Amino acid sequence: MDDLLQEFLAEASESLGLLDGELVRLEDTPDDGEILGSIFRVFHTIKGTCGFLNLPRLEKVAHAGEDLLSTFRENAGLVTPEAVSLILRCVDAIRALIGALEVSGAEPETDHAALIADLKEMVAAGEARSRSGEVEPAATAEAAAPAASSAPADPQPEDAPAQADGDAVSAASSPRKADGEADGGANSTGGAGREVAASGKSIRVSVDVLESLITLVSELVLTRNQLLQLARSKDDGRAADSFQRLSRITTELQEGVMKTRMQPVSTAWAKLPRIVRDLSVETGKLIELKMKGGEAELDRQILEMIRDPLTHMVRNSADHGIETRQDRRAAGKPETGTITLNAFHEGGHIIIEIADDGRGLDIARIRDKILERGLATPGELERLSDQQIRQFIFKAGFSTAETVTSVSGRGVGMDVVRSNVEKIGGVIELVSVPGKGTTFTVKIPLTLAIVSALIVGCAGQRFAIPQICVSELVHVAPGGAHRVEMVNTAPVLSLRNRLLPLVSLRDLLKLGTTAAQQEGGAGKSGDNTRDDYYVIVAQIGSRHLGIIVDEVFDTEEIVVKPVGRMLRKIPFFSGTTILGDGSVIMILDPNGIAATAGHAQVSRNEQATAMTQGEQQRSSLIIFRSGDRSRKAVPMALVERLENIDAAAIETANGRAVVQYRGHMMPLVALSPECKPRSEGQQPVLVFAEGERTVGLIVEEIVDIVEDQLVVEFKGDGDGVLGSAVIDGKATDLVDVGHYLTAAFADWFGIEAGGADKDEGHEKKRLLLVDDCAFFLRMMSPKLAISGFEVIEALGGEQAMELHDRGIDVDVIVSDIEMPGMNGFAFAEAVHSGGRWSEVPMIALSSRLTAQNLERGRNAGFTSFVAKAHRDELCGVLRKVLQQDGEAA
Amino acid sequence: MTTSRNSGARTAGFPTLPGTDRGARRDFLTFTVHRQTFGLPLEAVDDVLDNRPLTPVPLAPPEIAGSLNLRGRIITAIDVRRRLGMPAMAPGASHMSIVTEYDGELFNLVVDAVGEVIALSEDRYEENPATLDDRWRDVSAGIYRLESNLMVVLKVGPLLDSIDGAAGAAGTPVGD
Repeated sequence: MDDLLQEFLAEASESLGLLDGELVRLEDTPDDGEILGSIFRVFHTIKGTCGFLNLPRLEKVAHAGEDLLSTFRENAGLVTPEAVSLILRCVDAIRALIGALEVSGAEPETDHAALIADLKEMVAAGEARSRSGEVEPAATAEAAAPAASSAPADPQPEDAPAQADGDAVSAASSPRKADGEADGGANSTGGAGREVAASGKSIRVSVDVLESLITLVSELVLTRNQLLQLARSKDDGRAADSFQRLSRITTELQEGVMKTRMQPVSTAWAKLPRIVRDLSVETGKLIELKMKGGEAELDRQILEMIRDPLTHMVRNSADHGIETRQDRRAAGKPETGTITLNAFHEGGHIIIEIADDGRGLDIARIRDKILERGLATPGELERLSDQQIRQFIFKAGFSTAETVTSVSGRGVGMDVVRSNVEKIGGVIELVSVPGKGTTFTVKIPLTLAIVSALIVGCAGQRFAIPQICVSELVHVAPGGAHRVEMVNTAPVLSLRNRLLPLVSLRDLLKLGTTAAQQEGGAGKSGDNTRDDYYVIVAQIGSRHLGIIVDEVFDTEEIVVKPVGRMLRKIPFFSGTTILGDGSVIMILDPNGIAATAGHAQVSRNEQATAMTQGEQQRSSLIIFRSGDRSRKAVPMALVERLENIDAAAIETANGRAVVQYRGHMMPLVALSPECKPRSEGQQPVLVFAEGERTVGLIVEEIVDIVEDQLVVEFKGDGDGVLGSAVIDGKATDLVDVGHYLTAAFADWFGIEAGGADKDEGHEKKRLLLVDDCAFFLRMMSPKLAISGFEVIEALGGEQAMELHDRGIDVDVIVSDIEMPGMNGFAFAEAVHSGGRWSEVPMIALSSRLTAQNLERGRNAGFTSFVAKAHRDELCGVLRKVLQQDGEAA
Repeated sequence: MTTSRNSGARTAGFPTLPGTDRGARRDFLTFTVHRQTFGLPLEAVDDVLDNRPLTPVPLAPPEIAGSLNLRGRIITAIDVRRRLGMPAMAPGASHMSIVTEYDGELFNLVVDAVGEVIALSEDRYEENPATLDDRWRDVSAGIYRLESNLMVVLKVGPLLDSIDGAAGAAGTPVGD
């Protein structure tokens, strides 16, 4: 193909890419001469160049479009939805022609007569109207267009600028709300386009050239890494200096070249205004699309992969999420629905939120569809919470679509969206509130090509784990601080009062199954034959999973290469790479591991997904039997350790069973009188801790650890059972840990420590506990009560503010951060904005103590932060905070 | 690095019009797998490697011997013995490999030994014998009569196409 044509095609498709958005904006602001001017120029240039390059078909189409656009210039009142639709059709035709030209180098035999005729007709109608002097607001022009009167009037001279018309229709009411201008980020697409056109400081480089540059840089990085290893073993000062420089330059070169791959997210958004516009015309809905943070950049490879999923989600929001005008009015909402796209950086990731203020996901319909498609039985559905049911939209086979097309995104199910996002190491989450709207959150890495990875060893083989997934490394050795315990057959690691589920890489990948390594490995878990190993705490979404490996080596910058075709079906690898020493290793995919290990069927965010019904949060539970053989459960987060105590070590003191445990006496309590400690063998005990104090709960047998979404039927008679829930398909009693702890502390510690600990002269401090999860409240308040507080519970920020408004005084506030509706930050801001609580110290509870959260929390007015699982720490912090408060007062 | 080649010649059978072009000669690289001699059209051969260390891939299909680094490219090694249902090589036995490109990806065929490049004329060519084992029929483009034995012309496409990751994902252990 000749260079001139090629350049024309590249330029034309670039300008066309921006045209959709511009046209939609024009429809909102028909009197904006600047937008119209830039659209007009695109058509004009295409038309002109076509004549030069001898492309008659393209020229004709562009010409007809230009004619219609010039009527707009004369009379902005002619910018009707019909006319804009027609121009958009024209843009599509041009795009198709250019697409075909790019492929074959020749114009296709498409017939555009109908389109051209329509355009001409519209031009004629418009001219007739302009002649009639009708400069009506677009809203009425819409209906009047075909029936324009033919009264002759002075038409605007051909060369007159458009301002006159612009002024005349400045009061025109556009069919849709035009606050795109007011919203700074909304027009970033158009803005960026103009910037590029104006600056002339950029040059066009073919993607192939860039790709080969990147490959070369990747090779260079590998060679550098190899040299690095050589240089470590040699001790030559001069060589080391030169090498240092080479190394630094390589890094800079790598960064520079990677930058050329970066593109603003808005390039993936460019088509969305058009899509939303077409859908709103089609469905008669009023939809406003807001786009924020479009300037955030990410790798073009990733951008390509999320373009279709994004389009699909926006289409879904417009199609299914936003209600019709009538419905919205009836629901007391503004007629115009809003879809908001928001992109921002967080760590090495970019987060894109797609939010609509529509009706939210229709649980009943999803339920029907699940049954219809046989994805679950009615019995199974019965036990699922709404949030779990919503997650079904991500399941394969849920979507009605039979075929998958990537071009339009139409017909692509949410399962494809999810798998596309996960393919690039991303996570997608969903929050939906009935009547309020749905928000999808997509979190994706910035780049795929070169990542920092941790190299680990298992059964003599090495693997890489992307550093971004690794939140912590734990060394497990005899006599060390950490050890792995078995619950039934599931290994868990107790880490800072939390039990972490573990997966053995050796078992998972069936490593070391060769005869030589078999001798010791008769057990279920090969790793347990080693007594010195590492646990990699991997973060998947907001969940953690421990991966057991034998050794941990180094971190290395690795160049991610795709896995060979025949190996792609293995779910545990996200890529493969070459190490500095030249050897090939596989890159582990923690997402895949978690999913296959059965811990993360649906990616979830514990806090974000817990919507209005706090009881339905997912919790890890320890299931055990005790006394009457019925199944009982306690949340894993409350259990300090699981112990097997030698029955012979159990003593009796003060008529109570006790055992010496870690230098202290630990009382043993039973759930019922008939459940007595064993007289011989091993006694399984759940150990609960409160500061230095520990209590052991005698159980018959630990059955399992399950993760489930709790649907608890509460009963409030305080006999030690909080309520019951169906867990794993069986009725299970939820044990009220607080009840037994109170019993133990009152009867046992109460005598010794009570007098000293509690200052009788003081009134009890009043503590407000705010959390969106009723279950958590019920678990926490007895504990805080034991520590000497009068606890008031509030289910969420709104409820807490109600208490405030009712004039209730409190001494300290402990609040969750992640709550639906008013979250912790908003709540803290509300508290500190004045009123009776403005001086009350606030402690934030969060399961995600990131630096960013801390910063935000401090700004919002939180005094201290405590990780949600740290009960002991909370008591300590409370004491400290109240002490300071007391001193200050 | 690697040049792409005419894919038709590599995967298609040979020859197109037997009998009309009796004098034509074609170059083959010969190799042996479990005492059987095979030949691969020379234009399909990218490289010949000696005993290279392979990285085993856990859970991979059993026909996959592992992956290796060939000048910065990661390529999948195929255990030809296993693929053809022959007994496995003795542990530690020396082997060689032939690198070939198929469908845009490089593969490394692990064989017992690589022989030589020979030019063969078409009058030595025979169709697959009717009695040929099914497993072989798929991957054989015909037989050449050599001086002392027969040479099977290997078809790379069918050899590789049937190796499917699905079996591996189900958990077939490697190297058992």
